[in-house]
Amino acid sequence: MFAGTLIASATMTIMSRDPVRSALFLVLSFFAAAALWILLTAEFLGLVLILVYVGAVMTLFLFVIMTSHRVDLTIKPSFSRYWPYALAIVLLFMLLALSVLSSYRTPSQLIRANVDNTAALGSILYTHYVYPFEIMGLLLLVGIIAAISLNPRVIRDRKQQDPSQQICVKPSDRIRLIKMKPSIRS
Amino acid sequence: MIALNDYLIVSAVLFSLGLLGLMIHRRSIIHLLMSIELLLLAVNTNFIAFSYYFHSIAGQVFVFFILGVAAVEAAIGLAILLVLFRAKHDVDVDSLTSLKG
Repeated sequence: MFAGTLIASATMTIMSRDPVRSALFLVLSFFAAAALWILLTAEFLGLVLILVYVGAVMTLFLFVIMTSHRVDLTIKPSFSRYWPYALAIVLLFMLLALSVLSSYRTPSQLIRANVDNTAALGSILYTHYVYPFEIMGLLLLVGIIAAISLNPRVIRDRKQQDPSQQICVKPSDRIRLIKMKPSIRS
Repeated sequence: MIALNDYLIVSAVLFSLGLLGLMIHRRSIIHLLMSIELLLLAVNTNFIAFSYYFHSIAGQVFVFFILGVAAVEAAIGLAILLVLFRAKHDVDVDSLTSLKG
């Protein structure tokens, strides 16, 4: 049932021309995928998918869509003109994948794991995979810096020095000598 | 009993849908980003299914890293998209020809 929801909402995501509707169907497909992952005993990653993607990334998508596309994108036809070729290529790919995947059946021996998924993931993540974990933290930091520095409003208000103005300055710009009569203040 | 192949088939269909979206929405960047999210979702579902049926948690660790990288990629892509929209008032891929010599 979740797989059916996932496939249907993914189809609607790529088929709808309205970007807002497409993004909302993408949210639905993320929810269905998270349910599938939780059924596969990956509870922590399912919850992370809901929190990070539905909570943060899709909010960002909707924000960008609603600030940038006001009316223009929904009117013009956004389908590419050679979509039959694309459909043929993708159908070929799908047939190949399905024929390969249904040709053999893996023996599925299911042993229900008793250990907590989150605890197991955390214990292996902080011991064996600690360097990739720190590299990912660094990557997130780079992402934050890039997203902030791409904001054009920051660049406009920045106070910075102009070296050409600094070396072209003349003494008359800085100090003005005036002549005045000496006077004695009583 | 749900076998591993069923999850792999679902994920292959999802990957094909993402690929189709990538091809037919070649003009608008926001649709391209959403199709890339679908592709990553299919790959992650594959990893989690393998990790469940082969009793190895390394697949879930890998999915964790893929989620982080995909979040960074979406954030930077959308920031670039906003800057592009403010500069050109258009997000059509075909109109981005200012680097053409």
